[in-house]
Amino acid sequence: MRDVAIVSFTQAPNVRDAGAMNEVEILMPLVAEALEKSTLTLQEIGFTCSGSSDYLAGAPFSFVMAIDALGAWPPISESHVEMDGAWALYEAWVKLQHGAVDSALVYGFGKSSSGEIRDVLALQLDPYYVAPLWPDSVSLAALQARALLESSAYSEKDMAEVAARNRRNARSNPKAQLSGDFDSAALLAEPYLVSPLRKHDCPPITDGAAVVVLAADDLARRISKRPAWIRGIDHRIEPHSLGVRDLTRSPSTELAAEKAGVARGPLDLAELHAPFTHQELILRDALGLKHGVDINPSGGALAANPIMAAGLARIGEAATRISGGLANRAVAHATSGPCLQQNLVCVLEGE
Amino acid sequence: MDNPIEEIQTPIRLDYRYTAGGATARFLRGLKEGRILGQRCPSCQKVIVPARGACARCGVATKEEIELPDRGTVTTFCVVHIPVPGSAVKPPFVCATIKLDGADIGLFHLVSEIPPDEVRPGMRVKAQWKPREEWDCTLENIRYFTPTGEPDVELEGSAHA
Amino acid sequence: MGELCGVVGIGQTKYAAKRGDLSIAGLVREAALRALEDADLEWKDVDAVVIGKAPDMFEGVMMPELYLADALGAVGKPMLRVHTAGSVGGSTSVVAASLIQAGIHDRVLTVSFEKQSDSNAMWALSSKQPFSPHINAGAGGYFAPLIRTYIRRSKAPDHIGMLVALKDRLNALKNPYAHLHLEDISLQKVESSPMLWAPIRYLESCPSSDGACAMVLAREALAKDAPRPPAWVLGTAMRTEPTMFAGREEVNPQAGKDCAADVFSQAGITNPREQIDVAEIYVPFSWFEPMWMENLGFAAEGEGWKMTDEGETALEGDMPINASGGVLSSNPIGASGMIRFAEAALQVRGLAGEHQIDGARTALGHAYGGGSQYISMWVVSSERP
Repeated sequence: MRDVAIVSFTQAPNVRDAGAMNEVEILMPLVAEALEKSTLTLQEIGFTCSGSSDYLAGAPFSFVMAIDALGAWPPISESHVEMDGAWALYEAWVKLQHGAVDSALVYGFGKSSSGEIRDVLALQLDPYYVAPLWPDSVSLAALQARALLESSAYSEKDMAEVAARNRRNARSNPKAQLSGDFDSAALLAEPYLVSPLRKHDCPPITDGAAVVVLAADDLARRISKRPAWIRGIDHRIEPHSLGVRDLTRSPSTELAAEKAGVARGPLDLAELHAPFTHQELILRDALGLKHGVDINPSGGALAANPIMAAGLARIGEAATRISGGLANRAVAHATSGPCLQQNLVCVLEGE
Repeated sequence: MDNPIEEIQTPIRLDYRYTAGGATARFLRGLKEGRILGQRCPSCQKVIVPARGACARCGVATKEEIELPDRGTVTTFCVVHIPVPGSAVKPPFVCATIKLDGADIGLFHLVSEIPPDEVRPGMRVKAQWKPREEWDCTLENIRYFTPTGEPDVELEGSAHA
Repeated sequence: MGELCGVVGIGQTKYAAKRGDLSIAGLVREAALRALEDADLEWKDVDAVVIGKAPDMFEGVMMPELYLADALGAVGKPMLRVHTAGSVGGSTSVVAASLIQAGIHDRVLTVSFEKQSDSNAMWALSSKQPFSPHINAGAGGYFAPLIRTYIRRSKAPDHIGMLVALKDRLNALKNPYAHLHLEDISLQKVESSPMLWAPIRYLESCPSSDGACAMVLAREALAKDAPRPPAWVLGTAMRTEPTMFAGREEVNPQAGKDCAADVFSQAGITNPREQIDVAEIYVPFSWFEPMWMENLGFAAEGEGWKMTDEGETALEGDMPINASGGVLSSNPIGASGMIRFAEAALQVRGLAGEHQIDGARTALGHAYGGGSQYISMWVVSSERP
């Protein structure tokens, strides 16, 4: 296995609505900044991979326009997944493992403000039996939250504390959309949005993008004084039908964590892609996170949820803290699909 | 079972709000005033139309606005014999790439008022605008391009450029 | 470099305008099960699944890997979904191969598909794009002007496109999976078919098809023990260039030339015309055959049409192109690229049945997408390097 590290991470300011800016305008300065931080030009980059979704954008082939943000001339080696940028990072990591290239540019982007995101996500569901009922994403998350509350010792108060903690952490994140000092008792006094979820249990709607540069071996060491090395990365998927799954656990996260070697050492921090508060509780257990692990110092997906970039941003946020000397070993997580159906786990270390 | 269900119709309706982006919005608003706006790339110096805010070749933002005349040269074209779903334009019609004078990239639009088999690369054309009171923020303010009658221009090799 | 990857199983569905007999899950399973059977493997032998398809609007299902995880035996496994427009079947194959080449997995199942009859492909391809005048007349309306430029530059005679169409449609008669089996096809029939976007006639255009194509890829030690000869992957490459920029050459795109140079270099090909025995290239409109012949280096610039004219690209010719019938005969958009890659592999495995080219040892698979801007390719061989 080659040593591959994250040497640069940039993200757009996470906002409810990017207004007149289209995806190219959002991405272009980020790509320029990420490349500059990496000291590599696009032509020196060995492989480019991105993640985005046509249904999020409301147009087929919506990723094609993003190429305009790169300056892809002469032609580049490039690919795209219709998934969160975290999986684009995985594809790029595989490419670097193969050995023909030494660096990769990875980006994820999306404007969730374009459509009715709760309904758009309903199209991820079985098109014959489930999608025609249009179960929106918040309602499905609520089902999962209900299952968790009834089968475990977790309470709505625990969920409120997750919300409060994440948004408090977000106060030190200049790119966060939602931040502030919230009192969990006050949050609990709010009405339900979709029982048992209250507004604070849900992610914001976010337009955003994230860009990461990967480099291997000596190139990484030349670029960064303290690269964030990817020591393990794995992803797994669960059955699609919600009725077949135990929604109170995340077996795919457990398996990915095992394969990625999460338990091989102590963790300083965890960046978890948990758009809903109850999901952070499930993921903490799935990853075996002990007390003392700093969870979502960035504020996580509850502070900003740029769909198609939120998972990639978790990896970037963890990497930044390692490179900045704030942590030695971290786990970053990304999720896709209804109620944590698919999960990616990445272990990062400083030298 | 007598009538097993073999197919179901599951209508999907989603409403989206699209963002043109800063440069495209300026381009479209320019059209409402009867102006065709391009931009020059600060890096390669090429004039791009429609204005898109980015030079795709260089990967840099484009800001310098260049107003272009509404006449140019056909670089390539085709004759369409099938109708466009939802469009009023009736086949056969000519779609062409037209390099407006001063632009370094072609614009895709219709060519009309000439038998399709007489259209040729190098032909000089000018825009036929709809009446001013019908103008909106759209390239459809130009109904189509028509021959000017000027002599044909000698073209270099490339297509769609 | 890295682990050697072998194609040990290939499966295709019967391509048709509408596979009303299967759900989307059923469609992908038909291909996947055939690939597993070809490889004499079971679902549990597969370590990871990579699927590819074109825009989700073609079926109305967002991120269908989520819905298809169960159907493709992917539960508990890594699963990826690639989307690179029309080239996606090719790039999906490349991504799947890289999982083997990088030593990540022992065996990977890869499936590309489209069930475009479920939605409306014409709508999804030509729906009114915001902020653009509605004069888009479908993919052919975009490519016909390029073809006209090719004809003008090369001075190719008008009948070349029709020869390609006739050849691919005759070849399809020897491919039981092909969508279009036009038993009474003739040059006269092609010529008298309706003109769509001059110079492209109806019978010079690809159909809209439902279908799926699957392959099982394995690392060298496992591929050596496969029941049927593997196709060894000698090289893979992908290149992308922007859709539009001043001075862009679209008839003979640089991305295609660079992609070919890269994959040929990996595969040790210095003279493609001599060293490649058969090629499956992405020809959705007839004239792309001579255009790609030049772009890929099989013919000098301006000379590609002569290969077609002289019968060199026919089944009996010395450079058979699209023995399967190509995209002109079957076009489930998300799968078409993988079908090219799979048919190339079938040839060198000696398993192409009635459309087998005798003695095919080295074959090229090629796919393109978007405005001729996404290119993916692989070279496969019956011989290990």
